[in-house]
Amino acid sequence: MAFIPPKEAYSGKVFAVSIGIAPAEVTFGGENVLPFHAFEGIAPNRPIIAYEIQDVSPADWPEIVQKPYKDISNDSVSWAKFCQDNLKAKTLALRLIGTHPDRENRSPEEAAKTVRDVLSAISIPLIILGSNHAEKDASVLVAAAEAAKDKNCIIGKAQEANYKTIVAAAMANNLKLIAMSELDINLSKQLNILITQMGFDKKRLITDPMSSALGYGLEYTYSVMERIRLAALMQNDVTMQPPMLGDIGMYVWKIKETQASETDVPQWGNVEERGITWEAVTATALLLAGAELLIMRHPKSVDAVEKMIEELT
Amino acid sequence: MALTGVDIFKLLPKTNCKKCGFPTCLAFAMKLAQRQASLDLCPDVSEEAKQKLGEASAPPVRPVTFGAGDKAIKMGEETVLFRHDKRFVNPCVFALEIKDTLSEADISNKVEEVLNSEIERVGQRLRIDAIALMNDSKDPVRFEAVAKAVATKAPEVPVVICTFNPQAAEAAVKLFADKKPIVYGVNSENVEAMSNIAKIYKATLGITTLGGGLDKLSDLTEKVKSLGVADMVIDSGARKAKEIIEHNTLIRRAAIRKNFKPLGYPIITFAQREDNLFETLIASVGVAKYSSIIVISSIEKWKNLALFTLRQNLYTDPQVPMQVEQKIYKFGEPKSDSPLLITTNFSLTYFIVSGEVENSKVPSYLAVMDCEGLSVLTAWAAGKFTAAKIAEFIKESGVENDIAHRELVIPGYVAILSGAIEDKLEGWKVIVGPREANGIPAFLRLRTA
Repeated sequence: MAFIPPKEAYSGKVFAVSIGIAPAEVTFGGENVLPFHAFEGIAPNRPIIAYEIQDVSPADWPEIVQKPYKDISNDSVSWAKFCQDNLKAKTLALRLIGTHPDRENRSPEEAAKTVRDVLSAISIPLIILGSNHAEKDASVLVAAAEAAKDKNCIIGKAQEANYKTIVAAAMANNLKLIAMSELDINLSKQLNILITQMGFDKKRLITDPMSSALGYGLEYTYSVMERIRLAALMQNDVTMQPPMLGDIGMYVWKIKETQASETDVPQWGNVEERGITWEAVTATALLLAGAELLIMRHPKSVDAVEKMIEELT
Repeated sequence: MALTGVDIFKLLPKTNCKKCGFPTCLAFAMKLAQRQASLDLCPDVSEEAKQKLGEASAPPVRPVTFGAGDKAIKMGEETVLFRHDKRFVNPCVFALEIKDTLSEADISNKVEEVLNSEIERVGQRLRIDAIALMNDSKDPVRFEAVAKAVATKAPEVPVVICTFNPQAAEAAVKLFADKKPIVYGVNSENVEAMSNIAKIYKATLGITTLGGGLDKLSDLTEKVKSLGVADMVIDSGARKAKEIIEHNTLIRRAAIRKNFKPLGYPIITFAQREDNLFETLIASVGVAKYSSIIVISSIEKWKNLALFTLRQNLYTDPQVPMQVEQKIYKFGEPKSDSPLLITTNFSLTYFIVSGEVENSKVPSYLAVMDCEGLSVLTAWAAGKFTAAKIAEFIKESGVENDIAHRELVIPGYVAILSGAIEDKLEGWKVIVGPREANGIPAFLRLRTA
């Protein structure tokens, strides 16, 4: 019996999205095959990893992932420059977590200033994220979008509860936009439709189906991503064709497995290696499921995943 | 190609005798076509039909049992390419490589590590399942000695015997007779000798073409089958991540969609790398993308935990929610005045809520109630998370002995239950917590401030 490779013919294609300003502009998406299936189609761009930084010092991050940013992370600008210059980051993600009402409750104006300061200090593309407080984000992200006008940044996340103001701000300031819904392909699709109905170009969207850490619901994110990608490629569903985001660091670095010391849980082994591995394995799994853009925290995890992307493409 | 119900019907006796338990031969044929019935149920089927149908109705990826006794592992039997379609059936095996060039002490330590690798996670016991003995020395005598050491120290652990030398293979496999070992290293040069060994010692064969491509691999499995060995695992020679995805995907697709028998076997993947973190990622690619055996070079606890968890995540049944045990969980070192919260036992709910309780750094009790794996709102809507049931659970849990206060924090989404719970739980006060778990840290800190 002769073997004929059963190759798949796909009818759809993921939109390619470019962010930042040349020469530091990066592009992700654009493939017409399942993740890393270049043997049966084209995948012109590699997934991109963004280093996560914050507008406030990362006192809430576990010690292991605070350490690489010691001395510079109390200031967003020095932190951003460190990632760009020392870690050779291709992209940055600035999380305005300090605007959350339960945190420092910073004002939209303060957030906008941080965005301006970071943007003027770096040349690589920037992703601007709110604190995930739907109400507060609506005002914070509007101010942040104005501060990033025409810089070809990504802003997010627009959710069902607040998308209208954020979409309008992204449109007015010529930015790309993350649309996030909670672990459900239909909700993702619906939000993308609502956003494009406002006149937002679907080719400027990034879908965030909500990430989860290894061991904490990873299989849900994994399957939702696989289903979104299959809908985009096999059914040529244009509402599902924006590239996908895996916002990994914030989920991975708050679970017990990345924090509990070996003294407390001897059967889990070294906590530093465990934490780094946890972030890298989570990232690898989501890449295989279809994420084209990742937000991560630990430089060693990023390095390992970059190496994996290199080997996968 | 798979036979249709009508194709199968033509091969049946057409007597409608009902001995198979189905009303007609046609109904039985339809069930056979859907792989929901076994041909054994028909007492009158002809030998010719048996042979034809047996082949067509066999699962697309051959079931192969690896090892014997309590630690035997089932492999193969997979039916889908994507886990959301139907559950991935048999979780992949992690095998620790042990080279026969290592010192006696190192070998002994490695075997010990395998034996002590078992941990528990969400009610499942997970471990490094197997050992892969590598004949790096190329010396059959040395290989036999190492195999003997392993067989003595870990008689229960399934073993992959890796060598291209039939003499070395036979020397080692003897020590695992009747334990269903795998002899890996069958290529076009040694195929006859290896097949003989497999028949004598009832071993599974590991077929490899090392870069020869999937068509060569198919030729080789057909050859082995014609020599009388049915149980095989296959290695396309893929070592780089990109090739692992390409080969494993094509193999799984050929088996499942085309019912292509020559590649319908479990896949063995060699993931060993210099860089241990990177090796963990290569192994992760194998877990996600269809490998049935993944050979790794070391098994540190942190690495095992990550790999076990990934395997557990991807091999869970997407139709059945994962559940955690109903009990009172403790976070930090709660005292008699520490807060008590309640939620349901859907694993995702539990993980998110417990993560946030942990995050708050406020020592707490979390009562996790069995609601058949439903989340809070779903369980409430389904009548499983009701005032009466909550009251009963709290009383029976014995938590009243641990705490001095009588305050129960309920999820914000079921605020409506607070009055009813206070009615059923005499002397208790119900406090409505945040709707979303991410509000828990602020909530707990405020309450204990």
